[in-house]
Amino acid sequence: MSIAASAQLVFLSVSTFDLLSPWPPGWGANLLRGLVHSLEIAFGAYAIGLILGTLGASAKLYGGPIAKDVANAYTTIVRAVPELVLILLLYFAGTDLLNKVLVSFGHDTVDINGLAAGIAVLGIVQGAYHTEVLRGAIMSIPQGQIEAARAFGMSTTKVMRRITLPAMLPYALPGLSNLWLVVTKDTALLAVVGFNELTQETRQAAATTKAYFTFFMAAGVLYLIITLLSNVVLSCIEKRATRGLPKVA
Amino acid sequence: MADNTAIAAADKPISWRSPHRVIFLVFLVAFIIYAAQNMRWDWIEKYQAMALQGIWRTIWLVIVSVSLGLALAIPIGLVQVTGPTFLKVPAKIFCTVIRGTPLLLQLWLLYYGLGSLFPQIPWLRDSWMWPYLRQAWPYGVLALTLSFAGYEAEVMRGAFSGVPRGQLEAGRAFGMTPWTLFRRVWLPQALQRALPTLAGETVLQLKATPLVATITMIDIYAVASRVRQDTLIIYEPLLLLAVVYLVLTTIIVWAFKKLEDRLPVKVG
Repeated sequence: MSIAASAQLVFLSVSTFDLLSPWPPGWGANLLRGLVHSLEIAFGAYAIGLILGTLGASAKLYGGPIAKDVANAYTTIVRAVPELVLILLLYFAGTDLLNKVLVSFGHDTVDINGLAAGIAVLGIVQGAYHTEVLRGAIMSIPQGQIEAARAFGMSTTKVMRRITLPAMLPYALPGLSNLWLVVTKDTALLAVVGFNELTQETRQAAATTKAYFTFFMAAGVLYLIITLLSNVVLSCIEKRATRGLPKVA
Repeated sequence: MADNTAIAAADKPISWRSPHRVIFLVFLVAFIIYAAQNMRWDWIEKYQAMALQGIWRTIWLVIVSVSLGLALAIPIGLVQVTGPTFLKVPAKIFCTVIRGTPLLLQLWLLYYGLGSLFPQIPWLRDSWMWPYLRQAWPYGVLALTLSFAGYEAEVMRGAFSGVPRGQLEAGRAFGMTPWTLFRRVWLPQALQRALPTLAGETVLQLKATPLVATITMIDIYAVASRVRQDTLIIYEPLLLLAVVYLVLTTIIVWAFKKLEDRLPVKVG
């Protein structure tokens, strides 16, 4: 048994490199292409999430009663329903609605680009979490700073741009970094609706070659590299943003 | 503090009788009536038993994976605070790897990866475990448990290190053995600190359960997908599914609120 097992091990270790090589017999190029797609979705969704989050947080803190209720309903529902269900709902409903609108204006129906749909859906999900992070951060600013800005006669947008957003950044960064790490991993959920990001490419490669363990391990390493690299960059940004603040013990 | 009271005053709850809320409610009721009359719900009767079983399986999955995960997270969190290096480093690596890779990938690695390796081990095929290893649920439970343990261990690490040193020193001064000290002083206070986070983590765990549908476990999400495939009805099962998850989330949040209310809190 031992000879057979070791022979098999040698066979496995040789073929592992062949399988993962980026040139045609290997599947490395497919994995890397999936990785690029995953990163594109992550960046896009994060940007949309930031915009929605800023709007949501302003609505919750400074909005009228209607804006407050709408923002509350948005964050409650999105944070209580699994991302997978939201992705399916928004994906189907979003494409359906868009096509209905297009038809009613006399255009032909379109097939929604998977990348755009993925970015939009994950962005809407991220927006709810961004809203809560940014709201908490804005509430942590000494409110006298905002009152002082208003007393100087700054307009609402100017207060936001010059005082609130820069002053809240140090408080928001831990939450924002966390959300970045969450969105890079949430891109994997799009594999379930068949979008060719890293996890889906991995599954295809694994199913074709039957080397499930090798490929899922390789994809795991790629995700881990993204996370670790992000951690380095994010801690640099955080260090820079908190450079004027007193150290917490 | 004075700054926050200003916001709290502005944040005072709006009455349910205020005009815009009444209009919202009217819209909601109108939508529900429209949905009940114009959308297709005739499939519910046929899939009712399956759906109830799916809901039960989802609840069961959350309870089992959260309990087992917490039981794993306590030692993993503890050794990161007080353990020797040869335990501290693996615990740290475990947390980093679990938190750094998507759960879906971990699930597929366990199910497809281990599932393709196990049949090559002869003695395993003859053992009592084989009938279980051929099913999907052990892999689902294992992946969800490990994932919860990874996230919760970080929380427990913070909770353990947040217990004031004086408490532990006082315990030692009373002559408590390390185990008694841990059981009577350290763990209860750490759990109390971790409880608010635990509620959030449990909701996240509930939202992670539909992933097991991708490895052929029939939870409530899988039932909804099945309805969609069988009847080609898209929105209705998904909407109902969202409502089910909303209700489950509400129950979890409510249960933890009750639990938190029972703990004595002393605000200085």
